[in-house]
Amino acid sequence: MNNKLIKFFTITGLTWFVPVVRICNGDNPRQQIKALWMAMGVPVVAFIGFLMLWNAVAQQIQTSLGALPGPVAVWEEVDSLIEDHYAEREKEAAFYERQHKRNEKKLARNPNATVKIRSYTGKPTYLDQIVTSLYTVFSGFLLAIFVAVPLGILCGMNRVFNIALNPLIQVFKPVSPLAWLPIVTLIVSAVYVTNDDSWFEKSFLTSAITVTLCSLWPTLINTAVGVSSVEQDLVNVGRVLRLNYSTQIKKIILPSALPYIFTGMRLSLGVGWMVLIAAEMLAQNPGLGKFVWDEFQNGSSHSLSKIMVAVFTIGIIGFILDRIMHSLENIFSFGKAI
Amino acid sequence: MKTYQGNPATQWLCALTTAAAICWSGQAGAVENIEKEELKFGFIKLTDMAPLAIAYEKGFFEDEGLYVQLEAQANWKVLLDRVINGELDGAHMLAGQPLGATIGFGTKADVITAFSMDLNGNGITVSNGIWRQMKAHVSMADGKPVHPIKASALKPVVDKYKAEGKPFNMGMVFPVSTHNYELRYWLAAGGIQPGYYAPPQDISGQINADALLSVTPPPQMPATLEAGTIYGYCVGEPWNQQAVFKGIGVPVVTDYEIWKDNPEKVFGVSKAWADKYPNTHLAVVKSLIRAAMWLDADNNKNRPEAVKILSDSAYVGADYEVIANSMTGTFEYEKGDKRPLPDFNVFFRYNATYPYYSDAIWYLTQMRRWGQINEYKPDSWYRNIAKKVYRPDIYMAAAKELIAEGKAKAADFPADDESGFKPPQSEFIDGIVYDGSKPNEYLAKFAIGLKGKQRVVDGKVVE
Repeated sequence: MNNKLIKFFTITGLTWFVPVVRICNGDNPRQQIKALWMAMGVPVVAFIGFLMLWNAVAQQIQTSLGALPGPVAVWEEVDSLIEDHYAEREKEAAFYERQHKRNEKKLARNPNATVKIRSYTGKPTYLDQIVTSLYTVFSGFLLAIFVAVPLGILCGMNRVFNIALNPLIQVFKPVSPLAWLPIVTLIVSAVYVTNDDSWFEKSFLTSAITVTLCSLWPTLINTAVGVSSVEQDLVNVGRVLRLNYSTQIKKIILPSALPYIFTGMRLSLGVGWMVLIAAEMLAQNPGLGKFVWDEFQNGSSHSLSKIMVAVFTIGIIGFILDRIMHSLENIFSFGKAI
Repeated sequence: MKTYQGNPATQWLCALTTAAAICWSGQAGAVENIEKEELKFGFIKLTDMAPLAIAYEKGFFEDEGLYVQLEAQANWKVLLDRVINGELDGAHMLAGQPLGATIGFGTKADVITAFSMDLNGNGITVSNGIWRQMKAHVSMADGKPVHPIKASALKPVVDKYKAEGKPFNMGMVFPVSTHNYELRYWLAAGGIQPGYYAPPQDISGQINADALLSVTPPPQMPATLEAGTIYGYCVGEPWNQQAVFKGIGVPVVTDYEIWKDNPEKVFGVSKAWADKYPNTHLAVVKSLIRAAMWLDADNNKNRPEAVKILSDSAYVGADYEVIANSMTGTFEYEKGDKRPLPDFNVFFRYNATYPYYSDAIWYLTQMRRWGQINEYKPDSWYRNIAKKVYRPDIYMAAAKELIAEGKAKAADFPADDESGFKPPQSEFIDGIVYDGSKPNEYLAKFAIGLKGKQRVVDGKVVE
């Protein structure tokens, strides 16, 4: 049981908890406490040190919006953002109630009237913006995977294809999201016609496609490398057994290349998250990026603290995303490090 | 024989139906057959977007059966593009935007307006450093500057910069913005040449300029001034008062003093949208008229509540005190020099919401004056463009419905035989009289600016 727990923590990257499990196990307490100190104590002390330094520096810096907010002010802002969320939810409930009443009246007047409930028109709260950003980044990321993995496999398996695609990869890989954005915006506006029951908003599509364009490269390159470095013996075995193309990919190439693919995906998701915030800021598309920009424009005495809350949120979410991908990577690399 | 009395539930339902029918009759007259009930409107973070926020928060949109989302936009260009490509159903716009789009300066598209959002509401702010240099040329009374301050006080400063070979940079919010024209008007009235446009080759607007004007989005003005990129700017509220609060600049003049009760923003929609959804458009205008009435009702008694709504981060988002300064009938010039200015923001009185052709024509004259329209146009042309873009017919249809519903009085609106032209106006900072029916005659009165057949060719004004 405990060994399984330790394995779980190791794979998920939560190695902090491994010594705790071992202590509960009665496993050489002194050594484990030392390990615990290294795993949890030092980072916590360092973080407290950072907060103190921040607090001290913050008081020295006067911006035109007042003093730079310290940790306490930022923490208070978290509270107010959450409160704001619940206040908005109350307004939402009232909004629906008004609609229901209106519809009832309409039905009472004319029982055959068609009534409809429209979705809430109020502002998205901070928590809503987080959800929007996550939804957008995953959509863009999945789209990137769907493009990058098959292309990567093709590149890895076919030398001519690889040579053909290489210049494009080299040229497009370093392009900044800020350069893709206007192109994507214009193309989406021209090609995608929205009406009342469209599936997606244009703004969602532009953000997601920009994320895709910037985040597909690491996966593409890693997949190609992974596929081309499959051991020749395995490939030969496949040939001897006369496996057809798709079985070869399924049984031989993918399993060997998976660790590379997952490393590529982890990098892709990291890039995608960074790109998304920039894209949202620039294009004013819903999400955390828009929140930051709006607050910058508001210039109220709370704006700076709110922006800092967003910075921490973006960082923490990015960290969690990376941990999740890291665990997947561990699971699929079968213990082999790349 | 047993008489049928119905079960209690049925009776209760009948009673409810009757009650509902009575309640509904109060709403009778609301626009029927709304073609599009879910709408998204854009705005820029400025206090004059207030009619939109009020129509939303006070339920005026919902009264008309509209479900509206309001969304802040990054800058005027993005806002206009989104209205044109249909991402937004309509927006809080600069009065020059529908006109500029229609004549094809910048973006070419048919955009119309049936609702003018407010009068006045802008100011010109200079940095503390420039103010110190200007102050020597400003006349004082009781230790305080005498307002209005003319740009002639700024001229020696600009001349000094010019003599030293340094550019004198100022900011405005958009090439066809009220702010661009107001700043130019003020500068030119004080003898400072703000420069010409010469489209399509040169749209920088800095040909022959003494003061170099460039575009900065409104909420970024204070930050740009603070960074020293510009020495002054013309912008709407609260970004002048913000400079005072931050201690980085001094508003020297308001647009009320440049042109008393000048028209400001409009509510713009694309013509295609208006043609496709006429009932929806009417319902929107009705809600906005009610919002404007609410804002000015009973001597501005609702203004503090309006300020509270505007200070929400989803709308303007600046601090309550900053927004309240101008919205509640005062204006703070130099820090501590707070003066009453009850008409700084006018939303309804003086027919503020009525789209006058003469207002549209004033904007067109300024576009001509500064070369955005780089060739002579006959008076009839000005009149035709104004009639294409400004739609008092839609406005009056909406007003009539409100009157019929008892939500407004006929006396609140212009008379039926109204021509769309205000009588000649004389309350400009330079005293020049504007008569909307004679645009070319008006242009000829300015010392600085294109007139008659003049054009800008290769950086020179030629006849």
